[in-house]
Amino acid sequence: MNSTSTKRPTYYEELRRKGYSRREFMQFCTMIAAYMGLEANGVAQVSEALMSHPRVPVIWLHFQECTCCSESFIRSSHPMVADIILDKISLDYTETLMAAAGHQAEAAMEKTMKDSYGEYVLCVEGSVPVYEDGAYCCIGGRSAVDILDEAAAGAKAVIGWGSCACNGCVQAASPNPTGATPIHKLIKGKPIIKVPGCPPIGEVMAGVLVHLVTFGRIPELDRIGRPKAFYSKRVHDSCYRRPFYDAGLFVESFDDENAKKGYCLYRVGCKGPTTYNACGIMRWNDGVSYPIQSGHGCIGCSEENFWDNGSFYTRVPNFPGFGIESNADKIGIAAAGLTAAGLTAHAVGTRLKRKKEHDKILEEGIDNANELN
Amino acid sequence: MKTVRLRRVYVWQMPVRIFHWINALCILVLGVTGYLISNPPVFLSNAEASNSFWFGTNRFIHFTTAYIFLSMLIMRLYWAFVGNKYASWRNFIPINKKFIQKIGGVLKHDILLLKTEEDVSIGHNALAGFSYFMFFLLTLIMIVTGFGLYADSSTWFLPKLFAWVPALFGGDYLVREIHHVTMWILVVFILIHLYLVFLHDQYEGRGETSAMISGYKFIEEEVIEKQKEERQIERIA
Repeated sequence: MNSTSTKRPTYYEELRRKGYSRREFMQFCTMIAAYMGLEANGVAQVSEALMSHPRVPVIWLHFQECTCCSESFIRSSHPMVADIILDKISLDYTETLMAAAGHQAEAAMEKTMKDSYGEYVLCVEGSVPVYEDGAYCCIGGRSAVDILDEAAAGAKAVIGWGSCACNGCVQAASPNPTGATPIHKLIKGKPIIKVPGCPPIGEVMAGVLVHLVTFGRIPELDRIGRPKAFYSKRVHDSCYRRPFYDAGLFVESFDDENAKKGYCLYRVGCKGPTTYNACGIMRWNDGVSYPIQSGHGCIGCSEENFWDNGSFYTRVPNFPGFGIESNADKIGIAAAGLTAAGLTAHAVGTRLKRKKEHDKILEEGIDNANELN
Repeated sequence: MKTVRLRRVYVWQMPVRIFHWINALCILVLGVTGYLISNPPVFLSNAEASNSFWFGTNRFIHFTTAYIFLSMLIMRLYWAFVGNKYASWRNFIPINKKFIQKIGGVLKHDILLLKTEEDVSIGHNALAGFSYFMFFLLTLIMIVTGFGLYADSSTWFLPKLFAWVPALFGGDYLVREIHHVTMWILVVFILIHLYLVFLHDQYEGRGETSAMISGYKFIEEEVIEKQKEERQIERIA
């Protein structure tokens, strides 16, 4: 049997067959190259790659998740994003969108894994529960841990879609009853691209896939494993409300005058200063808006542990183990107060216990002073 | 009554004193500006954002002071190896049994107020020295977390050296929290430090407080003679 990849049509061929014009194809290439942060000549690279490279087989697994990543993806602004990626990237297996079901679907996945061993891209949406031998998430009678192990073995690269796959998201929040685990802790020896967010921006997801196709390798990643092109800046540093922050003009509550004026949401708990994402630049729904623009602070959905990082509406972190109303400042003030009280008590104790020493020095000092009278 | 003869001993050399006061000033400035960053006051203001930059300035002061703080710490580290015996790193790190015994002695006499004989220390007493080592570790946490948070906004290599810190903790959030909580530990430390300085000055009358300005402490003749003898015995042994 010949390698299936030589039989696969290129992305461009598929798009033409679907009825897109070359102009539309070039528009897409230009847009996605800009999103990926490529130079102007990157457009040519992208179009060249999509015209000459055969489709990359993709297996898209869903584990503990809400499918918001898929939803975000199919709603990415340019219709061709959905078409090129979903229809044409050869999504050989994805529970949500494939036509097949049951044994047929499992067979399709097995076939892709066998035929394209070492070639396919494995996309994982959702975290993987590891407690009770993985019983908390089973598909087709097999546990998520099993399926992931098998699928990862033959993957060229692995993409973790969304916060579930990248850091566990809400299932992994304390007390994490199912042992929800992000995929990088389970897959060893494969390049893993983390695309966190709840969900990630559709264009970001498309950009990552197109990068893989265009350059045949994974995009440049930061230390945490996220593509630098989209996750190297804080939401705060690309926020259009940033001048209000620097000017010290803050919203105090959501119904005050300052909120109407569109001041900075820092004091009402905006997590923009600790969140790395492209929301401030690419925005959502075809660049219409993003949470901060809609008047609500960033909740830091693409950051590690974001469900346990305290309230969405307070600035100063909650302090674990000291009750809900406690925060670091209140405890700090209490600790300083207690210390001051302790020191006062110690001062009194010293006065009582060391009176003799004290008086000796004092007496000596007085004597010497008297000599001068 | 017998008058005690005091002798002037040059304990704190100039670099130590300069370090101490600039360090104190830095911590004060960093503490205040840092608190404002974490919890800025709200003004109902009609001012245009373009005319105002106080919060940006506040942050600028915080970051600039951090650089001064770091450079002073490096200077002090250097001095721990070339300075006099009271400035040496040996005063801070409990490397031998004797040091630990001395910590116990200070604990009994000064803190628990037991009726033990005073073991006069001309420089830092053992417990104080050890507590300054702990303080040093805390400031190291502040520097590592602070520059870690700052790394991303900087293009210079020095803050970039700390870019691994947020990655280690999974993101900025936890690093921020550590930075914030550690400051409160420093506040508690400073309270205790100030109290003990005044306490020693009051009960020993050796010029504990002014020593950090002039460099001199005033030590009883007999204490000096006794310590000289001890040193000689140590040398022979």
